[in-house]
Amino acid sequence: MHSFGFRANAVLTFGITILAFICAMASVSDNFNSPRPSAEIQILNINWFQKQHGNDEEILSLKLAVSLDLNVDVGGWHEVNMPDRRLCKVWDVVPICLFSPIDVTAVMASLTMNITADLQSLFTWNTKQVFVFIAAEYETPKNALNQVSLWDAIIPAKEHAKFWVQTANKYRFVDQGNNLRGKHFNLTLHWHVMPKTGKMFANKLVIPGYRLPEEYR
Amino acid sequence: MGWMGDTVDSIKSIQIRQLLAQGVSLGMIVTSALIIWKALMCFTGSESPVVVVLSGSMEPGFKRGDILFLHMSNDPIRTGEIVVFNVDGREIPIVHRVIKVHERQETGDVEVLTKGDNNYGDDRLLYAQGQLWLQRHHIMGRAVGFLPYVGWVTIIMTEKPIIKYILIGALGLLVITSKD
Repeated sequence: MHSFGFRANAVLTFGITILAFICAMASVSDNFNSPRPSAEIQILNINWFQKQHGNDEEILSLKLAVSLDLNVDVGGWHEVNMPDRRLCKVWDVVPICLFSPIDVTAVMASLTMNITADLQSLFTWNTKQVFVFIAAEYETPKNALNQVSLWDAIIPAKEHAKFWVQTANKYRFVDQGNNLRGKHFNLTLHWHVMPKTGKMFANKLVIPGYRLPEEYR
Repeated sequence: MGWMGDTVDSIKSIQIRQLLAQGVSLGMIVTSALIIWKALMCFTGSESPVVVVLSGSMEPGFKRGDILFLHMSNDPIRTGEIVVFNVDGREIPIVHRVIKVHERQETGDVEVLTKGDNNYGDDRLLYAQGQLWLQRHHIMGRAVGFLPYVGWVTIIMTEKPIIKYILIGALGLLVITSKD
């Protein structure tokens, strides 16, 4: 009854139960926070808007070159010539090869945006970081809803939550077809609160009224 | 002699009874754990209601060893949600964030592109050969809750299976040698 094993077991069980209870309470306390975030997005300029003719290989090679930014010093990338003469890059042992060419056209746009936001009220003592991103939402004849993420950032602490940023879109504003000419779209600022423990919250602020130009340039 | 035979018999029968009782209580513990797991699967609508984060592709939000609670509902998939999905040909599911959504007009089918927060590029490189988008049937659930560090137990047990055997052996020994 008073053996070491019995006592160790009791202490451990009690400790874990209390820990679980504290984590649950921390998560519940997040519900008492009523956030009042505000944001404003201004499109300064549409840098370019074009239809890219190309085969899949060209588009993917563009993307591959961007995503494998060779300035970044990450060891582990080696180039390898496959027997069918495709160019592949090998990360450790996983080969990543360009696909064989198919004819594909894509329409893409590049914008410069001015983003002002105050997200300080989202932070509680149980918040680890807030992931914020801007998505363009629009409708096309084929698709009821399209959401394309243009820019994102991680806010690690309350001090950084009030910010002003001028940036071009981080990710390609590209559509599945060629429906973007003169398209009206909304810019939605989404935030995702990631806690230290417990439930995650997400919400958004929709700012309507943006439009792409009628002609490519 | 007669009475010795009787006592030996009675001792033997008590032990068998105790053994059986212990066996039944062990079985009860195992089956109630299974019931809880299956009930969770039913409640959250996901095949795997709890997953452990194995890679650092979602840092600093999710580190290796964290546990994610998943939930799958019929709500449409939207950007910003953290989803767990299976790629054909890969056995380990991946936890990343949705960055692009294209939803068809009549059918409501979605095509989705994901990216890990800590990765430079999107996940097209991880999808199957020729696959450019994820469909709904690839997605196992959305992450709704999170607990740090608890998943290390699973990671250690998977990567060093000897620890799993030691633990089960020790537990078995405890069960056999305990009096109740």
